[in-house]
Amino acid sequence: MSSAYSITRSVNVPRAVYLDFPLGHTAGKPGDKALQRKVMIDTLSALDTIQVPGTIRSLPYRWAATEDWKDQVMRPNSEKTEHADARVERTTDPQYHLEDDVRAAELNLARNGCADCIWPE
Amino acid sequence: MHNEPVDYIQRTLEQYANLGYPPYQWVNNPGDPPFVPLGKALQDARVGLVASGGIYRHGQVAFHFKDDCSFRLIPTTVKLSELRVTHFAYDLTAARVDPNVVFPLETLRDMAQLSRIGELGPHAYTFMGGIYSSRKVKEILAPAIADRLVKDGVDVVILVPV
Repeated sequence: MSSAYSITRSVNVPRAVYLDFPLGHTAGKPGDKALQRKVMIDTLSALDTIQVPGTIRSLPYRWAATEDWKDQVMRPNSEKTEHADARVERTTDPQYHLEDDVRAAELNLARNGCADCIWPE
Repeated sequence: MHNEPVDYIQRTLEQYANLGYPPYQWVNNPGDPPFVPLGKALQDARVGLVASGGIYRHGQVAFHFKDDCSFRLIPTTVKLSELRVTHFAYDLTAARVDPNVVFPLETLRDMAQLSRIGELGPHAYTFMGGIYSSRKVKEILAPAIADRLVKDGVDVVILVPV
């Protein structure tokens, strides 16, 4: 599944479906179970039917009535670049979603080293 | 060009140039990719799920933002309310409301329920993309996840990047 056509083309995966949505919505829109199911059914169908290695099948769903959202994506000096800006501070401190995740992870680490967290070498 | 896909490689090039950085070296694999036809009906297949959107489970250590090559095992029976999302490179708003947009676990459970697939593997595997070293991904992270998937006995894997 992909929402970044050029990257998927460059990586050259065996087979893919392409959904022309903003990044962060590779499998559909939030709360739209019907659309999420359609996207997945098309994805599974692609597994069954794509015969040519490297095929990227475009899905027919549109993000919005217009394509204006594309103008702002990663454009320098636009207000919406904060998430894509390479200047985001990088540290090796875990970045928790919710505050109470921190305590739960600490307990888990103390109990069994977080057995389902894998740091491969 | 509105009906064309957003060209993220080109826009990253522009953004890096704008910031005075050297161009990012995107992975480029020429030639035909490896291709194995699905050897059985989807209705009989065990399906794996791998996602790079920074999903973890409450109780697990979250990902960090500096070339984190770790991954998490998430039981495919997990409650959605236990899922968390962290990432520096995309807008998390939708994923935090409904993780299925980057981690279609419930959608795949529905597919099993509807007999469109046989079953899910025991675990989904998640990591946080935006790892600058593609070498580390290729040599360390991807093989480690692939080993797990083979042990899980999955027939096919759905990959969900962001």
